[in-house]
Amino acid sequence: MSETSEQNDAVGHDEHPPWLAHHFDTPDQQAASAKLGMWTFLLTEILFFSGLFCAYAVFRRNHPEIFFDGHHFLNTALGATNTAVLLLSSFTMAWGVRCAQLGQRRGLIVTLTATLLCALVFLGIKYTEYKVKWEHHMVPGQGRIEALFGVQPEGEGTVPGEPAPRGFHPDIEYVVEHLREADQEAGVRVIAESVYQAELEQRAQYLGTFFGIYFCLTGLHAIHVICGIIAITWILRRAVRNEFSPQYFAPVDCVGLYWHLVDLIWIYLFPLLYLIH
Amino acid sequence: MATTTQTWEPTQSPAAAPDNYLTHTRGITSWIFTLDHKRVGIMFLVSVTICLGLGAFFALTIRTELTHPGPTILTDTTAQLVSKLTLSNTQLTPQQMYNRAFTLHGAVMIFLFVIPAIPSALGNFVLPLQLGAKDVAFPRLNLFSYHLFVIGTVFFLLTLMLGGVDTGWTFYAPYSVETSTAVATAVVGAFILGFGSIFTGLNFLVTVHTLRRRGLTWFQMPLMVWSLYATAIIQLLATPVLAITLVLLLVERLFGVGIFDPALGGDPVLFQHFFWFYSHPAVYIMILPAMGIVSEVISVHSHKHIFGYRMIAYSSIAIALLGFLVWGHHMFVSGQSALAGMVFSALTFSVAIPSAIKVFNWVATMYKGSIAFTTPMIYAMIFIFLFGLGGLTGLFLGALATDIHVHDTSFVVAHFHYQMAGGVLIAFICGVHHWWPKMTGKMYNETAGRIVALVILVGFNLTYFPQFIIGSHGMPRRYFDYEGMLDQIPHLTLYQIISTVGGYMFVGGLIAIPIYLLHSLKKGRPAPDNPWGAATMEWQTSSPPPWDNFTKLPAVTDPYDFDHLKYDETTQGYVTTP
Amino acid sequence: MQHETSHVNDAHHYDDHAAGVHVVPLQVLAGIFVALLALTYVTVAVTSIDLGSFNLWIALGVATVKGALVVLYFMHLRYDSPFNSIVFITAFVFLFLFLGIVIMDSVAYQPAVYELTPTP
Repeated sequence: MSETSEQNDAVGHDEHPPWLAHHFDTPDQQAASAKLGMWTFLLTEILFFSGLFCAYAVFRRNHPEIFFDGHHFLNTALGATNTAVLLLSSFTMAWGVRCAQLGQRRGLIVTLTATLLCALVFLGIKYTEYKVKWEHHMVPGQGRIEALFGVQPEGEGTVPGEPAPRGFHPDIEYVVEHLREADQEAGVRVIAESVYQAELEQRAQYLGTFFGIYFCLTGLHAIHVICGIIAITWILRRAVRNEFSPQYFAPVDCVGLYWHLVDLIWIYLFPLLYLIH
Repeated sequence: MATTTQTWEPTQSPAAAPDNYLTHTRGITSWIFTLDHKRVGIMFLVSVTICLGLGAFFALTIRTELTHPGPTILTDTTAQLVSKLTLSNTQLTPQQMYNRAFTLHGAVMIFLFVIPAIPSALGNFVLPLQLGAKDVAFPRLNLFSYHLFVIGTVFFLLTLMLGGVDTGWTFYAPYSVETSTAVATAVVGAFILGFGSIFTGLNFLVTVHTLRRRGLTWFQMPLMVWSLYATAIIQLLATPVLAITLVLLLVERLFGVGIFDPALGGDPVLFQHFFWFYSHPAVYIMILPAMGIVSEVISVHSHKHIFGYRMIAYSSIAIALLGFLVWGHHMFVSGQSALAGMVFSALTFSVAIPSAIKVFNWVATMYKGSIAFTTPMIYAMIFIFLFGLGGLTGLFLGALATDIHVHDTSFVVAHFHYQMAGGVLIAFICGVHHWWPKMTGKMYNETAGRIVALVILVGFNLTYFPQFIIGSHGMPRRYFDYEGMLDQIPHLTLYQIISTVGGYMFVGGLIAIPIYLLHSLKKGRPAPDNPWGAATMEWQTSSPPPWDNFTKLPAVTDPYDFDHLKYDETTQGYVTTP
Repeated sequence: MQHETSHVNDAHHYDDHAAGVHVVPLQVLAGIFVALLALTYVTVAVTSIDLGSFNLWIALGVATVKGALVVLYFMHLRYDSPFNSIVFITAFVFLFLFLGIVIMDSVAYQPAVYELTPTP
């Protein structure tokens, strides 16, 4: 850590640049504190997500078949595209930090804008993915959310006059059809159609576990992307105002670290949710 | 040995700087939006004390109710009255009110008092001073922690207005998913408070790493700093898991994602794993800073170098790490596998080792010391006694076989109150008395302090010791009515009455403390810079400290070497001799 | 990939840069980006090959390699203060502790769950 400063021995505030907070002696100390603080924050973020990864691991370990069924409903091509988009945004962000270190204001503005665009593309693709699920009533507690917007509860599991039910109440025909196709592709031979149909309907119900975890994981990740967009917009604004210099770019550095963590989490989410064999 | 005096002549004000942190800026907004760690600490101190009062109110409600089997004060009449006062439309029964009372007692005490009490209030004030720093590393974040605390408290008050919660402070699923009480607001409140706690921990960790006064090495840091550092580690590693648990509980309740609720294919034992992965280490968030305070106070008021400095420092870190390996001992009887039960039981015993190291070191520090029976010292000794009892009974509960017998009885209640109230609360009071002269620049009335300490000691033991006895006979916790237990437990009602009387005595003592402390603000003797003869850096600055803590850089010395300090009659405090 | 880093502050005054600032060359950043894309392709491609339970471990392994590249180069951890690495690794140690014990226990009590589940 920084037991660095050879200057500013006294408590006085001589030669404090405006961006150096009063309680720090040297720029090094301030930058090291910001960095350590950010890494510590990332540690808490990882442990924040750990609960969801734990739920994922427990349910996948004990019910692998639900996850195998569930992944058929996710579009691998879109997931892979989103991975690439997020990796690109990470690259432009790292480039942006490099620009900040070198004092290249224009480069910083361009790379941050590119990062923002990538983030928006990511959310756009995520939106189209969510939209398909929404149309087939595959969001757990969807009726509750619709009720918030004044939609009358209808469909599976609703009782007239009662509030919309919690839990997973999908468009069962669509889900069964989809599962049947997936089975056909895998070469499953059906012996007794009526038994098979009942089994498919049961499997459709069990998918609630998969989609519960899917929406929690990707939803929480999407919230982090939105926070990242806000943070990047904030440093972009400061970059436009020319507030950074090769001596002071810790905010860019820290927002960059946060953004890379968002990317890092997606790097794990993609194979865990989309690429189930 | 000249201790601090009770009688004093109004001498000239000691070398207090005319401009201190209390007077540097004025007006209410200069407090609410302050970036000064000392003011944030004071605001936390006031806030958690108010929350303690709220928690104590519920405690007395429970205690009074249990004086007699059957409805005592929680009757149909009072239930009707309370139902009208709250915004919930339902008519409560006395039993439901009781469930809400113990839930709110637990939740308010844990989330609003015990967790933030020492780190956020006293830690905030003391940590930068003890490191010779001007502030914590991120003052804005520090203020934000306080604002989060206030917002979280507002959510808890909202919960109260909505009629309270009845899940117990642990929010166990699936009941917390199904009950119609205000779980959502309480969960959101706890979530926000959790983030406040995380940010405090983050700030402390970074402050210790980067803002130590130049030349101050790790093993010259006061033990309070070591214990706050260990606390910060737990806050950072455990609290995020609580946050995600509460988020999942909320979405489970609102939308039914099916992770915890067995009706939707979820796993309720998973909730307990999630919850206790945080909440067991959380008890060390509570007790570690308490141990830090006691380490300081024992050494300073015994005027003797702390015994085994390094072992106390290492044991703080050891407790922080071992604390993560024992959470399953809360789940011995709730569906956890037998294998996990045995592993967790064995690991639980290991935590006793570093705790015992501390206790032995404190006692060894006092041995042949020149002990001043000041108020803080009396509280520190009360702490050792009560913490020892609580710790030893903890071993009964950690042993798998005995726990099956006594789990969910008032034996457990007595055990954790010996730790949480006898440990944390007593240490908090101890710390407030120890640093009061530094915080306010005034000396309180020592006689009042000592008498109240004894009242609290007696009241506390009257309250909780009977609960060990009836608990070991099988009196369940959280029961509204114990009519059916009367012929099984001899003198059950008598024990309950003793416990209630003790409870009032305990709370009476607690109420006296702010009275004589606030009195000292008006009438108290001006505090010297170093009234106790302590060698840590916060006593090298004026009382109260100036806005940026030090007018001249404090000297780096061994924090427990008192040889160079001499009592000075004119200021009635200690001064450094060359 | 050659990991050369230029010390910008070499020729400058002491105070020009915060100490320990390493500017990663653009070629390295671009190389990492290309490697990440390639690994994404690999992980998608390998899913169509049936390797039994190894599929999961390969997917996680590839993700870990990708994550390591992001952390070491994009996040500069390779050039950063070692304590930041300790902080970061600690997060994973506790993540594995949490996941490990919970998974172990949940596997151990599953039979009890099925015993208690009423059969329709």
